[in-house]
Formats: sequence, structure tokens, C-alpha cells
Amino acid sequence: MGKRIGMEVSIAAAEAVKQCNVDVISAYPITPQTHVVEHLSELVANGEMDAEFFCVESEHSALSVCVGSEATGARSFTCTSSQGLALMSEITYIASALRLPIVMIIANRALSGPISIWNDHSDVMSIRDCGWIQFFAENGQDVYDQVFCAYRLAEDKEVLLPVIINMDGFTLSHVIEPIELIDQEKIDQFLPAYKPVLSLHPDRPVTMGGIALPGIFTETKKAQEVAIQSSMPKILETWKAFGDMTGRYYNPVETYKTEDAETVFVIMGSYGETASVAVDMMREEGRSVGLIKLRLWRPFPFEEFKKATLGVKQLVVIDRAVSVGARGPVASEVKAALYGEDQRPMVYNFVAGLGGRDVAPQDFIKMVDKAEIEIEEGNKEGYEIYGVRE
Amino acid sequence: MTENLNVYAVRTLTQKEYFSPGHRACQGCAEALAVRMVGKALGRNVIVASATGCMEVVSSPIPFTAWRVPWLHVAFENAAAVASGIESALKVLMRKGRVPSKKIVTIAMAGDGGTADIGLQALSGALERGHNFTYICTDNEAYMNTGIQRSSATPFGASTTTSPAGKVKMGQTTWKKNMPAIAAAHNIPYVATACPSYPIDLIQKVKKAANIEGPAYIHILSVCPTGWRSAPELSIKLGRLSVETGVFPLYEVENGKYHLNMDFPKLKPIKEYMKLQGRFRHLTDSMIEEIEKRVHKEYEELKEKAKKGV
Repeated sequence: MGKRIGMEVSIAAAEAVKQCNVDVISAYPITPQTHVVEHLSELVANGEMDAEFFCVESEHSALSVCVGSEATGARSFTCTSSQGLALMSEITYIASALRLPIVMIIANRALSGPISIWNDHSDVMSIRDCGWIQFFAENGQDVYDQVFCAYRLAEDKEVLLPVIINMDGFTLSHVIEPIELIDQEKIDQFLPAYKPVLSLHPDRPVTMGGIALPGIFTETKKAQEVAIQSSMPKILETWKAFGDMTGRYYNPVETYKTEDAETVFVIMGSYGETASVAVDMMREEGRSVGLIKLRLWRPFPFEEFKKATLGVKQLVVIDRAVSVGARGPVASEVKAALYGEDQRPMVYNFVAGLGGRDVAPQDFIKMVDKAEIEIEEGNKEGYEIYGVRE
Repeated sequence: MTENLNVYAVRTLTQKEYFSPGHRACQGCAEALAVRMVGKALGRNVIVASATGCMEVVSSPIPFTAWRVPWLHVAFENAAAVASGIESALKVLMRKGRVPSKKIVTIAMAGDGGTADIGLQALSGALERGHNFTYICTDNEAYMNTGIQRSSATPFGASTTTSPAGKVKMGQTTWKKNMPAIAAAHNIPYVATACPSYPIDLIQKVKKAANIEGPAYIHILSVCPTGWRSAPELSIKLGRLSVETGVFPLYEVENGKYHLNMDFPKLKPIKEYMKLQGRFRHLTDSMIEEIEKRVHKEYEELKEKAKKGV
């Protein structure tokens, strides 16, 4: 293992972007994304990074710039949160349809209203269907590592899709963690210079972004669906190659003490670490509890997820967002994934940690207590917003 | 610039077409004509970012294209931002040696809605940042692609589908937004107005804009027979009348200095321009007079600016 350095996760993320030799960075300030782009602007200002860095007048333009630069063959990066993501959401759909391998970090923050600068996943859930490959990072090292994996994967000629790395705002973005930085030499081998398949240049004129009449629109959407589904082997391959290089192996679905577990959490993002503490505490008491962490949200890892839940009696799915009027989005997905199985676990859905509300290991234990009792009593549709002060 | 105009000048233009025939624009569409001339002015070493709108729809039905130069359409309001990305990418890739160094002109193109309304913010940002690109607004004075809805560039009194002439309202009740002045207020090196009824003037201005270092803005009045309720064969004449009546003066703003390209000792009566268009059919003589007064006032103000050289 290399040397670990204590650094703010946002700074580590920016350092990774620098190491990827990104050509164009375009962003607009929004809390809690700011530290990432502030550090990038410093790196460019000090000549430590050769990139076009500019602050645009809105997030809509931030991503629009990346679409233009990526289409011209430049490795491009942007970073945003919450309202900023909502503003650029129109362009997220277009970037993926144009098959442009842009990488974006989202410092996840609640979506207004009421306005809140604190962490949950409601921002990214608003663009759940935008066609980008979407990762959720669990800790600072994960964020740093995924930047390299994201570019390598996105730019693979058989993938060519944009990638979002979700990094919990404040709880990840603003904390100082030990990060093992990777030598530039290794990165250069892992991530070769970007060679676009098609780019805008007068020597080979191409038309990008034409209009699709009803006779072709369905086919373009099918092509996009096939592309993202087919990216799964490449995702596994990328994480395997990264693991071989660093010793840190990542998987679409990570499990923790799930062997023989009767009750298993399903969680995305930084709550994975807190929940693992709760699992340890419950295991010490002899309770049969485990944890599933979804690292890959899109494409949804159906097969891996089904495999991970084999033999589990009940799932406690913790959503960090609410689809108002239709419960938690992760729980909906989980239920859909398991519907066709003969033996499927019961699902109890908690929406927790909205807008920065702290969820401690004790809370996770309380959730398991509640879910186990409710399911025992025959509640098949368990759903609640946890920790509401009444 | 128009002093160079003579009847033979058009023969000196390239016969090459970069916006090729076969596109689906309406008969008499002066916007398509403007785009074609812009293409001729720029040649092949260009990358175009188009906004959503008539020109995007008529030129790019998958799998066909009318574009013989690299072209990208992303959305309605962001042509200037997309062009910023293209320009920056060219700059950094040439600096890093990944794209051979040569002059490639970056163009952003949008209609009046995509410029004066929904795209104004992105345009202002790109002009302020000083990207080396040329922004071309093809202004047909309403949202023609969606069915002739009013924009902030629709002239006073014009009847559109969302500013209809009714029993109590007489069409558009606001005055046309002065986009060239807004662009010029960003202190960019070059702003110009043009009209495809004056092809040589238009082409020279586009060439000039492309050769200037930094942002340039060209506002092209583009007659739309469908939306203006005018005869397709009158598009060129209407463009000329817009200039000759003072409705759409041809001028340049170079480093802040105004220059009127065509001055007329006496402007033609505005009625000659308006009577050919169904969108003004409902206007009474007194309303036309009121409009004419405002047009003359603005024309005089422009002349003053040009005289003072500010």
C-alpha cells in the first residue's frame, strides 16, 4: 500500500481530475461543490495543470460547455450540486444521447424547497433516468479512485457514455480523510490520452444532434438502452483493472457480513460506513444482520443484486430521497429487481437523512428493530419517513 | 461596406455550398438564405453550434444533414455556451498538440428567441468571457418554428399567435428588444447588423467577424413569409424595405465605434414595408404613424452615434 495522506475529499477529487489530465473544466459555484472547483482553479492558476478552466454564468452553461468541448475531442469535467444539477438537467439527457464521455462529480445536496444546503440524494434522483452511468461513493478514497475509473470507462470505445460520481455533500466533500494517492505513471498507463471516435473538425465534418422524427426516435432510444446495458462487462473490467493496479477492488454491489444474514440493509453512498458500524454492533449481540451497498446505480446491477440477496429474509432499504407520492426510489428499484424471483425477501423502506438530518448507528439499529417487528406482524408494505419529530 | 456593392460582386463569391440544398425550409425563407451566405463567407474551416429552432429542424432530420461543415445542435438556450466549449477545446487541444494548429472559426447560431429571450444569459456569459467566436442571430421576429409566437424581438404592432390582433389589443404591445446594443454593451470588438437582401454586405461582415480576435455578434434580419404573412417572392424586397425605411438599419460597432453602412437622405415611408405583411394588416394609419415616429427617432439616434463615432 502506498502512502496515505490526510486531505479533504474535495481536494482529493480535484487532484484526481488533475491526474486525469482533463482538458476543459467548466463550472458554476454551488455549495457544497465549491471546494472541488476552487482547487482546480488554483491548480490551473499555478500552472500545475494545463486545462481551459472557466467559470460560466450558470450550471446549464457549465454542462453545455462540456458538451461542446467533449464533442470537439477534449476530456471535460464539471461538478455541481442540487439546484445546479436541476438547472443543468436538460443537458444531462442530451449529453448521454450524444454519447459524450463527460465525467461529473455531484456533491449531493437536498433539492429545494425548502432550500437546504445539506446532504441527501434528492438532487441526483431528479435525473435518475438521464442515461449517464452513475456511481455512489462511500468514502474519500472511493471518490478519488472513481474519477480515474469513470474516465477510463466513459471513453471506452464500446461504452462512450457520460459518468456521474455521487459524493455525499459535506459528509464526504468537506471531511478530511486519509487518501492513498496513485503515482502519475500508473495513472497514465491506466488512463491513456483521450482519442475520440468522432469529433468536430473541418477535416471530417459530422452532424451531431439532429432531429429525430417519429420514424427513428424509438430506435435511437433503443440504441441508448443497449449501450448502457452493454456497459456492464466494461464496468466490471474497469474495476478489475483498477483493483489489479491498486489493490482496491470495487464492485457494483458490495456486501458486508451478509453470509447467512436474515436482515440486510440496502444503502447507497456514505451511509454505508455508518451502517457497517451498526451491523457490527448488532452482530456482537448475536443478531443476524448484514449490509448491501449499491455502488452502481445506473445501469442497475440486477443480476449482482439478486445474487447478493439470495436467502435473505428481509431487506431494510434506506432511501436518501423521497419520490413524493410514490415512496423511496431505491426501494422501488429493489422491489422491481426482485419481483420475478421465486424466493424473494420482504422489503421495508425507510426514507432517512433528508436535508442533512443525522442518522447515527443507533438509528440504523432502531430501523432494523422496527422492520423486523412489522414484517413479523405481517406488514408487507413497510414504508416510513424515519425520525420525523412529531 | 455596401459602398463595395456592385452588380458583379456576387459573381466573385464561391460556388461551393456549405449549407446544402435539399433542406426543408419554407419557400422564400430568408433565414435559410442567410445561413447559406454565412456558410459561403466562412468556407470549410469552421465548426457550427446551432440552437434549437427552424434552421436546426429543417437541416438535420436523422439520418440526413444539410451541413457540409461540422455541426452540433444541443438545445435551445445554450448555443453560445456550446460554442464556448468548442472554442476552448480547440484552443487547449492545439496547445497540447493533439489537434494540428490552424485557424478554425467557431460559430454559434440561433434565432431571435434563442438569442434575445431564452439564450440571452448564455450569450452574455460567453461574450463577457471573451471567447474567440462569432455569434449569429438570425432574427425572424417571432418563434416561427413553434407556430409564430411572439418573442422580445417581435416588432410593435405585429400580430402573432400569442400577441394576436383582437378587438381590444392590436398585436404586440412592446417594442423590439435592441439586441445589437445589448451585445455592444459587453464591449466586444465587433457587432454588426445584416440582411440577406444585401448579400455582399452580409458576407463581408461575417468574414470580418470571423477574422477578429475575440467575440463578435452579427444580427441578421431574416424575412419569414410564413410568419410575416407575406408572399414568398417578396422576401428579398421586404429585406430591402426594412433597411430603406429605417426599420432595420445596417450598421457596425467596431470597438465601440458606430458606423452606419447605408444612409438614406430620406427614408421610405414605413407603410410601404408594412402593407406587404399580413402581420401588420390590422394597424390603422395613426398606429403606423406612431411606429414610424419611433423608428425615425431611433434611426436619428443611431446616426448621431455614428457621427460622433461613439
